[in-house]
Amino acid sequence: MTITTSIDNDKLLWMYQMMVTIRRFEEQSKREADAGKLRGMHSSVGQEAVPVGVCAHLRDDDYVLGTHRSHHHCIAKGLDLNAMMAELLGKSTGTNKGKGGTMHIADINKGMLGANGVVGSNIPVAAGVGLSARIRGTDQVSVVFFGDGAANQGTLHEAMNLAGIWKLPTLFVCENNRYAESTPVEYSVSGESIAERASGYNIPSVIADGQNVLEMYEIGGEAVRRARAGEGPTFIEAQTYRYNGHFGADNPLTYRTQEEEDYYEGRDCVERMKAHLSQTKVATEDEINEIDKKALATVEEAARFADDSPFPDPEELTTDVYISYP
Amino acid sequence: MVTTETETRKLSYIQAVNEALRQEMERDPAVFIMGEDIAGGAGREDQGIIDSWGGPMRLTKGLIKQFGKERVRDTPISEAGFIGAGVGAAATGLRPVVELMYVSFFGVCSDQITNNAAKMHYMFGGKIKLPLTIMTGMGAGLATAAQHSETLYSIFTHFPGLKCAVPSDAYTGKGIMTTSIRDDDPVIIFQNRQLMGLPASTHVPEDPYTLPIGKARITREGSDVTLVGIGFTSYLNNQAADLLAAEGISADVVDLLWTSPLDEEAILDSVQKTRKVVIVDEDYPRCSLATDISALVAEQGFDYLDAPPKRVSPPHTSVPYSQPLEAAYMPTAEKVVEAVREVMA
Ligand SMILES: Cc1ncc(C[n+]2csc(CCOP(=O)(O)OP(=O)(O)O)c2C)c(N)n1
Ligand SMILES: [Mg+2]
Repeated sequence: MTITTSIDNDKLLWMYQMMVTIRRFEEQSKREADAGKLRGMHSSVGQEAVPVGVCAHLRDDDYVLGTHRSHHHCIAKGLDLNAMMAELLGKSTGTNKGKGGTMHIADINKGMLGANGVVGSNIPVAAGVGLSARIRGTDQVSVVFFGDGAANQGTLHEAMNLAGIWKLPTLFVCENNRYAESTPVEYSVSGESIAERASGYNIPSVIADGQNVLEMYEIGGEAVRRARAGEGPTFIEAQTYRYNGHFGADNPLTYRTQEEEDYYEGRDCVERMKAHLSQTKVATEDEINEIDKKALATVEEAARFADDSPFPDPEELTTDVYISYP
Repeated sequence: MVTTETETRKLSYIQAVNEALRQEMERDPAVFIMGEDIAGGAGREDQGIIDSWGGPMRLTKGLIKQFGKERVRDTPISEAGFIGAGVGAAATGLRPVVELMYVSFFGVCSDQITNNAAKMHYMFGGKIKLPLTIMTGMGAGLATAAQHSETLYSIFTHFPGLKCAVPSDAYTGKGIMTTSIRDDDPVIIFQNRQLMGLPASTHVPEDPYTLPIGKARITREGSDVTLVGIGFTSYLNNQAADLLAAEGISADVVDLLWTSPLDEEAILDSVQKTRKVVIVDEDYPRCSLATDISALVAEQGFDYLDAPPKRVSPPHTSVPYSQPLEAAYMPTAEKVVEAVREVMA
């Protein structure tokens, strides 16, 4: 698609910086996992543009809900990298005090209502967050990210219907990275696309190049505008790719080809944005290098912070189960 | 004693269950398997891609190559859909084995299990059979936090109409799978992830065999204290028995294998002998198997007891992610030994 919105330079640079930061954060997470300090991690490398383009339109008081693969959603929503990395290492300074870990990062002050480990479980919650905004009379929006695999859960269909009948300010953002674990989307999804499912619920939908942050920005902007204006939900199918295995130990070449990987990696969202910035002279090479260096430094600082932080006290095991439990 | 070759045939849990599935599929064309990534890379046979995963725990590895994609059927992530479909297939003459990847996801499909699978035989006046096997993974200790690590057999044990089995090693894993597939009632097999990760160490006969439904086994004979375990905690109890033996305490280890039906007799017989009981359960502590067994012993074995029944369970909290917290959460052999010291005191 052609990008019609004129995006101011600060936003462009912010989006580039966010994507690079996510990439470096995920690389660091992988190192932590390889060192045995973190387990059960699902890398978001390759999918950075999807939440960055959408979250560029969000305020701190808008809400995002994520999945088992949500580090990129959290970073795009502005979560603190130190607290995130500490959470991955199960430290008391983590976003969730070490109780949630990689699949459950949450920070209510930043509107991150949690990554969720049960596929499709977050989707109706997002409808409820949209409903809450409606009832409270605010112009907040909720955005739920979920995978192509989650598109086959009943929860999506029930939540879309609710959002449709109640015109909820909710964005359904399906990150179609072509696989649910080892299962290809063309096997698991009946129908031409995931996006077209929304039409059954009278929700406008669009298929986006999820490896193009400018396109994600444009489409996300219109969807957020509609939601804030009371025009109801939008469904975005962002076509993207996870470069790594489903989780750490997974070798994706057992179910997909090198050619396919090369094709998608050749359309890398970070590289394309970098090229765009220099072609349009939004940033010089030095300025881009500066952003790259800064991203790496903040991630390295987060890793140090996480390492230096203590594990939770043993008493923490039984706190936070309830607010009060006489 | 003569050691024959078959007596030293050691398999891992995964190999043993895989063998049971293969043998039952060979034996009965009505048996088929459904679940997420049970083969993997679905629909890409023409690219030479087949059986890329062989199941999230590799329990079904190799089966699609032998039996084809009709009978080894990858599913979308639609548990309510395909577990419900398992109910329908079972009600109409097939013997489906359906995988619910981790039991923590049961909420997605519990209506199909507790309202349909559990009740159809009864509600319909005993006129239909429901030979459905559900296999599911569970257990803490792998840093997968609150939504992937639960040990939820008690909630299903609660429901009349469901049989619930919890294998504790490769031998019982194979026997219980074979038994469940041949049984005409719905059976849920709860498979602990740590047990599934152990190397081949248990003797497993090659020929198919079944185990008696609802019967526990005694894995150690002892006279001082009864240790009751379920699946992974039976494994811990065997370790605890070794530690206790070094202290001169002789433990009788009851490995339940089934939570529904429950082998009350095996528990009571052992308690009658030892007069003390420690029940070790990784499920949540409230309304649990441990409380159920504790009540059984208090009601029917009160006169045998020299000390109140003692339970080793996690605290009433979700499973934490942080590794030191998770270690504190779980039952361990050391905690069992500690509890035994208390009942012996
Ligand atoms: C209800 C449920 N079923 C199964 C799983 C196991 N599981 C975790 S991630 C995953 C694949 C999800 O695929 P998709 O929605 O496309 O997200 P992606 O991993 O590609 O980001 C599965 C099956 C789960 N967590 N929850
Ligand atoms: Mg996917």
